[in-house]
Amino acid sequence: MNNTTATPLSATIAVDELGYYGEFGGAYIPEMLYPNVETLRRQYLGLIKESGFQDEFRRLLRDYVGRPSPLYFAPRLSAHIGAQVYLKREDLNHTGAHKINNTIGQILLARRLAKTRIIAETGAGQHGVATATVCALMGLQCIVYMGAVDMERQAPNVARMKMLGAEVRPALSGSQTLKDATNEAIRDWINNPEDTHYIIGSVVGPHPYPDMVARFQSVISEEMKSQLQEQTDRHYPDAIVACVGGGSNAAGAYYHYLNDRRVRLIAVEAAGHGVDSGESAATSILGSRGIIHGSRTLLMQTPDGQIVEPYSISAGLDYPGIGPLHAHLISSGRAEAVSITDEEALKAGFFLAQTEGIIPALETAHALAALDRLSFSADDVVVVCLSGRGDKDLDTYIGGMKDC
Amino acid sequence: MNRITHLFQHKQSRILNIYFTAGHPHRDDTVEIIRALDQAGVDLIEVGIPYSDPLADGPTIQQSSQVALQNGMTLSLLFEQIAEARRFSDTPLILMGYFNQMMQYGEESFIKTCKEVGVDGLILPDLPLYEYERSYKPLFEQYDLGISFLLTPQTDEQRIRKIDELSRGFIYMVSDASITGAKQGISDKQLAYFERIAAMQLRNPRLIGFGISNSETFQTACQYANGAIIGSAFIQALGQRENTVAGATLNFVRQIRA
Repeated sequence: MNNTTATPLSATIAVDELGYYGEFGGAYIPEMLYPNVETLRRQYLGLIKESGFQDEFRRLLRDYVGRPSPLYFAPRLSAHIGAQVYLKREDLNHTGAHKINNTIGQILLARRLAKTRIIAETGAGQHGVATATVCALMGLQCIVYMGAVDMERQAPNVARMKMLGAEVRPALSGSQTLKDATNEAIRDWINNPEDTHYIIGSVVGPHPYPDMVARFQSVISEEMKSQLQEQTDRHYPDAIVACVGGGSNAAGAYYHYLNDRRVRLIAVEAAGHGVDSGESAATSILGSRGIIHGSRTLLMQTPDGQIVEPYSISAGLDYPGIGPLHAHLISSGRAEAVSITDEEALKAGFFLAQTEGIIPALETAHALAALDRLSFSADDVVVVCLSGRGDKDLDTYIGGMKDC
Repeated sequence: MNRITHLFQHKQSRILNIYFTAGHPHRDDTVEIIRALDQAGVDLIEVGIPYSDPLADGPTIQQSSQVALQNGMTLSLLFEQIAEARRFSDTPLILMGYFNQMMQYGEESFIKTCKEVGVDGLILPDLPLYEYERSYKPLFEQYDLGISFLLTPQTDEQRIRKIDELSRGFIYMVSDASITGAKQGISDKQLAYFERIAAMQLRNPRLIGFGISNSETFQTACQYANGAIIGSAFIQALGQRENTVAGATLNFVRQIRA
């Protein structure tokens, strides 16, 4: 049900005051959440635009996270693909993924809102680690909800969060993965409306989260502009390829090019065992319009509106929805969606390791696998957002090694 | 006339609204539970449409939803069950669900079918006020279907006025900052909130829900509002019963009203 609505190519892609990108977005939340979400909505833009906020944010990104992250021209990969492939190295950030760009921003916001208790959900554990990290940095209490199934398949990240002083609470409802961890975090916020800030890890959830998280992640494309200018004499690429679970690294990598139609935006989803296998997380193909986690977007559901349990080998892409920005980009035709199976992702992970000496996160491996599916000219500049490193996925890679 | 409107015209105090999840404990219990609640003399019956992701609900209702879905409960089956119950029951009946369920059924078809099978009002905790006002208000008026918006201790005065303006039938007062579920007693802070709202002279009657679980909390709620809503405690009673549905329901309602 990949419905397409015509959006004029000249239309500017931006969120409106109620949090909609076209027909997607908004804030579909129970009244118990309203005061907190409304406070954020009224204040987030003002707070993050303050020069004091920006100074502190920039300083921490530089000195603590290690930004700017390099833009690396990958020669052997480029030769194989037949295009000029650049990797935006978010895997080199402190904690090993792009997730920390957002948690730094949100923890500064939480402090300005005088919140003392931080909650988060996590799938692969990268966002949980990034949240536990900034809570340790600021001396704030941290509780991370994680699906019981994910706690098992991402055990090293559970240990990291605990070492950082966070409490990891298993989500035992539903499929016990990211969707259910998000439900539990939302319920926690309902029960603790006064002292708690909820750091959502992706461009999902009620407005203003999708826009706020996209703004914090937009440092990725901001840096790309100057790095591309320096390395290619042109500030824009021909294509940007990024994996999409909820879609935060993609949102960050696209952000400053959303309205630049010269740049192809490619969103790579997890096909799991195959789009038609019944075990997949390819939301833009298998999904339809509905509400998930407070946002009107595309999601995988039954005709009765029950949310379907997705499947992917990668815990970070194992999500039945997609951020409302991406729902808008894909259904308006601005972004192209590609879906990649578990097997293709594993192969691409091994290929990058052995051609460029970089072990990517399994999520990122989906984006790399998509390069084989797309056609480029030899001089096309293609940026892949290398969203995270693969240490956390070694067990899965090793289990899949016999096939690769 | 809408049965909820009719009810409040004739009774303004000690209103007892009992909630249960359709399809729990067994898929076909709905009609029997409605019959039992009817015979036990409750004032309002609230039927939860089981949902995979009930954000506003605590563990008891979550679990009952999960069981109901595993039992094969669906929305169209629920509509059939309600139509059947309407052959003998004239008690006002409300459906509680999430906005996505109404969306997938088709908003107007959903409202129309509700009216046809004898539903009197809806509670959709994640339907935003602005969206109701902009897109659905005329439909609710056309089909004379009630809608109850929630208010909480954190809701500010201007928004309470808006909720009062848009609600049709009664307002659902959430007793505490919380998800649903039976809790310990009612605090002084909650009483202050109940008094503050009571003094606002709202247009709609008010029912207090979340954490109302026994005779004592029901009595307290009735002092400050027109009545109360009990859900999780009833679901637990149904789940643990050694008796028939009718017997367990009668016992439960008798204890609450004691």
